[in-house]
Amino acid sequence: MGIAIRIVEIAISAIPPDIEDARIERVNLKVGRLTAVVPESLRFCFNIASSDTPLASASLEIEETPIVIECGECGAETTIERPPFACSECGGGKVTVVSGRELDILSIEVADPEVEAVEGRE
Amino acid sequence: MTEIKVVRKVLDANDTVAAQNRKLFAEKGLFVINVMSSPGSGKTAVLERTLVEIGGEIPSAVIVGDICTTNDADRLARTGAPVVQINTDEFGGDCHLAAHVVAEAVSRLDLSGARLLVVENVGNLVCPAEFDIGEDIRCVVLSVTEGEDKPLKYPLMFRVCDVALLNKIDLIPHLDFDREAIIANIRAIDQGMPIFEISARTAEGFAPWLEWLKEKVKSKS
Ligand SMILES: Nc1nc2c(ncn2[C@@H]2O[C@H](COP(=O)(O)OP(=O)(O)OP(=O)(O)O)[C@@H](O)[C@H]2O)c(=O)[nH]1
Ligand SMILES: [Mg+2]
Ligand SMILES: [Zn+2]
Repeated sequence: MGIAIRIVEIAISAIPPDIEDARIERVNLKVGRLTAVVPESLRFCFNIASSDTPLASASLEIEETPIVIECGECGAETTIERPPFACSECGGGKVTVVSGRELDILSIEVADPEVEAVEGRE
Repeated sequence: MTEIKVVRKVLDANDTVAAQNRKLFAEKGLFVINVMSSPGSGKTAVLERTLVEIGGEIPSAVIVGDICTTNDADRLARTGAPVVQINTDEFGGDCHLAAHVVAEAVSRLDLSGARLLVVENVGNLVCPAEFDIGEDIRCVVLSVTEGEDKPLKYPLMFRVCDVALLNKIDLIPHLDFDREAIIANIRAIDQGMPIFEISARTAEGFAPWLEWLKEKVKSKS
């Protein structure tokens, strides 16, 4: 839930001040597979966190990134679907995660002004 | 529709406060351990015994996160260490401790002379793994009653932690417990992670864990 609230806050702060009554239609996210985020539950929390905000009708577009590890022994990179966190080349387990921890807002998509937002906001 | 580039980490604000906490802890020479687990794995019980055992040698303080009760804080206060309780209810009932919540708790805590700050996180194997609080090490407690597959189901938690405590080993005789499997599953997530098999009830296995922790605390000064 905390994560959904932060997404809403960041998205609102990214609305250019010169757009009046801006309505955000879409938030584009990049979410790694090795995060605390499960896309379906994030969408659920986002729908609650975004009500009564310029994001009330916004959808979340989630680009998932795979888990990629780099071997500390031979340097090879392996994309893993599931454990073990081990190098596919040499089998070594001394690995660092180089991708899969992303939790980034990439962009917001704001509705064009002629599509009037009717609902009142403070 | 107009696309506006943002490119920001969702948790950047938390990371910023965590970095401030880390700086403050370094200035105070305070070693900080963040203890996480599912509800009921024995975090409070392990910490009670740990603080009693090392308290004479290493002055400690405690922050405990709980959704609504003060039971854990009362138990930990009996060890003699100063304790601050965080009711995450006041922060929207969060299922984890965020860095600013820890910063606020630290400001209410008497840290004079303390070398070790123990943070008992909210019982949850998912969200706390995502929130840096400025700690030096992260510890996951897993009890033998929880099922051998937990590390595979919660890989992020086992990946971000630096040490695992396998608790409640006194119950093994009563269980259909596969020790090799649970250790293999932890190793599948992190091959090098130290694992201590302990019982907070009987104190079995505590000596090596306490030695390891004391070494860590002493190495930061
Ligand atoms: N048999 C046995 N019971 C234990 C052990 N450690 C904890 N317990 C029991 O397990 C239950 C939960 O222990 P707690 O220490 O409260 O667990 P916790 O992780 O702090 O729980 P939350 O803070 O609610 O998430 C209590 O009834 C403890 O007495 C142990 O090593 N052996
Ligand atoms: Mg507890
Ligand atoms: Zn390798």
